[in-house]
Amino acid sequence: MNISIIVFPGANCDRDAAYVTRDLLGQPTHLVWHEESDLQNADLVIVPGGFSYGDYLRCGAIARFSPALQATIDHAQRGGWVLGICNGFQILTEAGLLPGALVRNRDLHFVCDRQPLRVERTNLIWTQAYADRAVITLPIAHGEGCYYADAETLQSLEEHQQIVFRYSSADGEITEAANPNGSLHNIAGICNRQGNVLGMMPHPERAADSILGQTDGLALFKGVLTQSLQAA
Amino acid sequence: MPTYQAQIYVTLRPSVLDTAGTAVQSGLHHMGFDAVEQVRIGKYIQVTLMADDEATARQQLDQMCDQLLTNPVIENYRFDLAVKTPAIAP
Repeated sequence: MNISIIVFPGANCDRDAAYVTRDLLGQPTHLVWHEESDLQNADLVIVPGGFSYGDYLRCGAIARFSPALQATIDHAQRGGWVLGICNGFQILTEAGLLPGALVRNRDLHFVCDRQPLRVERTNLIWTQAYADRAVITLPIAHGEGCYYADAETLQSLEEHQQIVFRYSSADGEITEAANPNGSLHNIAGICNRQGNVLGMMPHPERAADSILGQTDGLALFKGVLTQSLQAA
Repeated sequence: MPTYQAQIYVTLRPSVLDTAGTAVQSGLHHMGFDAVEQVRIGKYIQVTLMADDEATARQQLDQMCDQLLTNPVIENYRFDLAVKTPAIAP
């Protein structure tokens, strides 16, 4: 499986993602500078976390117009796999690949924590390696992670089962107390209607190596890899 | 070609909770301004541009606002436009 990771000025999770795909999973991985439009024949494009373009104007707003992201939009529209993590999720919503927007956290604080999530759907390449309704723990680290969409969009997301991860308590209860940032419907991650584009605020790439204590994120990358091997 | 100056006001849509505005409101209450009912925080952007005429300038500004300067999912905008430097007669 060919993986390309977009590198923006201000991105800081690009190498963490490459460590997972290249070093832990042994897959050919390219770091693609934001000014390039050649995605190196990628099967999976990762839009990583960080502070692209300093998060000026709005998080992800400027990254959207980079040549690498224009190529990523084309890749997604051809049905290619796209994973946006944290700032990458913000960029994908700004680019219109995913509905809604991410706004300031409810309590205005930058939250940096380990957060339980409930996996809402496992018939996706991204989540097929998780048990149905599994509760996993991933790191979160963001100031603008409060998911917002109008009522109509939220209803459509629910109807089409596009909510992939929700913030939950350790035993999988979806409550306001378990919601770290005020996201509507406790949304932590969503996919597009087709399921080939996933955006999520939590960081699976930071929970993939046992030396860091947690590995709940690895199954996400393994799921995509399995699918890719089956397709080959 | 004349030069125009636009003063663009970006505000959160009324349905979006303005957490920063709420925090500032609470600060004003602590100062003793109990009569403050609501604070909403937005952005102010100045853009100076050259355009053939005012209609063209307005059309270009709408495009800039819709595509980059604001996110229509969460924000509204309006702008005032004035001639900064008139076209120089040939």
